[in-house]
Amino acid sequence: MAATKHTIVALVADRPGVLNRMASLFRRRGFNIDSIAVGHSETPHLSRMTIVAEGSNTQVEQIRKQVEKIIDVIRVQDISAQDIVTRELALIKVKAGAENRSEIMQIVDIFRAKIVDVSADSVMVEATGDEEKVDSLYNLLKPFGIKEMTRTGRIAMTRGEQSGRREDTAD
Amino acid sequence: MKLTGSQILCESLLKEGVDVVFGYPGGQVLPLYHTLTQYPALRHILVRHEQGAVHAADAYSRVTGRIGVCLATSGPGATNLITGLANAYMDSVPMVAITGQVPRTMIGRDAFQEADITGITIPITKHNYLVMDVNDLARTVKEAFYIAGTGRPGPVLIDLPRDIQQELADFHYPARLNLPGYKPTLGGNPLQIKKAAKLLAEAAKPVIIAGHGVRISHAYGELKQLAETLQAPVITTLLGISSFPESHELSFGMLGMHGSAYANLAVTDSDLIIAIGMRFDDRATGKISAFAPDARVIHIDIDPAEVGKNVKVDVPIVGDAKTILVELNKEIAPKRHDAWLAQLNGWKREFPSGFEIRESETILPQYVIRKIWETTKGQATVVTGVGQHQMFAAQHYFYDKPNSFITSGGLGTMGFELPAAFGAKIGLPDETVWCIAGDGSIQMTIQELGTIRQENADVKIAILNNGFLGMVRQWQELFYERNYSATPLWCPDFIKIAEAYCIPAQNVTCKADVISAIEKAMATPGPYIINFVVEPEENVYPMVPPGAGIDNILHEPRKEAC
Repeated sequence: MAATKHTIVALVADRPGVLNRMASLFRRRGFNIDSIAVGHSETPHLSRMTIVAEGSNTQVEQIRKQVEKIIDVIRVQDISAQDIVTRELALIKVKAGAENRSEIMQIVDIFRAKIVDVSADSVMVEATGDEEKVDSLYNLLKPFGIKEMTRTGRIAMTRGEQSGRREDTAD
Repeated sequence: MKLTGSQILCESLLKEGVDVVFGYPGGQVLPLYHTLTQYPALRHILVRHEQGAVHAADAYSRVTGRIGVCLATSGPGATNLITGLANAYMDSVPMVAITGQVPRTMIGRDAFQEADITGITIPITKHNYLVMDVNDLARTVKEAFYIAGTGRPGPVLIDLPRDIQQELADFHYPARLNLPGYKPTLGGNPLQIKKAAKLLAEAAKPVIIAGHGVRISHAYGELKQLAETLQAPVITTLLGISSFPESHELSFGMLGMHGSAYANLAVTDSDLIIAIGMRFDDRATGKISAFAPDARVIHIDIDPAEVGKNVKVDVPIVGDAKTILVELNKEIAPKRHDAWLAQLNGWKREFPSGFEIRESETILPQYVIRKIWETTKGQATVVTGVGQHQMFAAQHYFYDKPNSFITSGGLGTMGFELPAAFGAKIGLPDETVWCIAGDGSIQMTIQELGTIRQENADVKIAILNNGFLGMVRQWQELFYERNYSATPLWCPDFIKIAEAYCIPAQNVTCKADVISAIEKAMATPGPYIINFVVEPEENVYPMVPPGAGIDNILHEPRKEAC
């Protein structure tokens, strides 16, 4: 079966070691995690994780079921097939002397990104969007010379009513 | 009144009904060991190695249905539990392991005897805890027992820093638990159950495969009712042995690599499989693409992650085997499958291997097992290690008594038998316990003879001594041009070993002495060891070559009596 990228969101207890349990499960079942992002959710003591991993539908369904068995995981869903919003944040430090700074600023404007720091020979660009947008921006900035880049990895949420809120976990 | 962490732990164990703890002391559990003497209701049994403690707790759990408890110190004590925890995890055995940890202020400093045991055991425990606040301790114990014993059972580890064992706190044992991420499904989906009943009514060649789940949920009566109502053959997995009486006319033995030929042929030829509490391990299924190609599959399992993991399932029913079988039995009508059963019985006559023991002047291991079965009238609890002796014990003892075969299935842990037989005997003080051991397997944990002696545990030990690591040798004979690399095994004089442990023992080297030795062991109170010197190059048949379909069966070649 064809391997595709899957977006998995999990609501987890905010306890030490939960990220390790999650990552360890992917590791021992032979999955490479493309990205994993964790932060607080709307409920105190619960965090929400977004994991992007590649695999066939069957493989990902198996790993989702295994993840569900982790006691600290309240709920886990593969939302790849749903109508979702995905975002990523990137900070990109670009070589920028006086001669090409305005050209860079134009590109940044087109992408609705922001320049958040300027020094004599570089600018730091903050960009949010889906991966494709961040990739495109990166590709356009590349010719100027990228000094450093960091990306958060994907976070995702389903549109509208459907969601992985805690109230939905009673089933 | 405030209690110390150690007292809180002991009080909590008593609340959980614990009466036996298998353990080994050490620096980071000294406060707890100091406290244990104030709690005579918690019987502590000193093993000779922590692996002995965890296997003993494992078997105690399997035979009693209660949660076995083992205790070890930090670092090496804790890491010595690893094999046993992995064993319990693979075989879904409920257990709570308690380990000492260095004091909180020392954690993360590579202190003496510090090991990150919660990190190490994540993949081999159902859950684990590092307790960092004494006020969390009672709740942690309650959660640990609940998690270990419910849903798909498994081992839970609690790591307890030494200073917490000494710190004072109020003791409140919580009445309720709040585990929002843990809600095992028990009752099967009624629609799925109806669907299963419909498929069962339509099937011409149904097969019931009974696994460990039947035993864990004590669904013996419900399984029997299902089989008899449907007149469907019952085949077991290795761990499913003793879930269905083998003397029953619908019993067709075990499937898989060393399963009976007729069981494997039946599964391959079936049009419907109802698998109950089994996980389609590769030792049971053989090559997946050749597994029951024409069969639809109903899979009953408490763990949703098992459904569809290895085999495509038509009707999944997630829940407790007993609860589901009760409901399923209400949905099915009596049926007959005379032609199908006649076909199976035909295979049974054609390929009786597993029942027939050829004549031999030397002692055949199968013969020994058969005679133990006859002498104990099938009433013993049989505990094995891993290897040829395990398969002989699976094939040649006939298990009618529920839950009477205790073996290491999923992990295949050599050295399981001796501490496990001991643990089983502690759990079943009034039952006959036979430890069937291999000469290689028993040497992995042979020091537990000391525990057996100290506790005067009435365990009868039969060593099937062929001077080889028998199962590996068999593979080398069949698949590696008989290149016996590292399998000939020098053995100590087991009688002298027994003597050193003050355990009566005897060698049996001639066939005529087999029965009298078994009878003598039975008549001697306390432990007894028989070293049976058996045919060195005897093989386990039938056998499915690794990686082949289970209908690809190697039968025993006819040998001349020697």
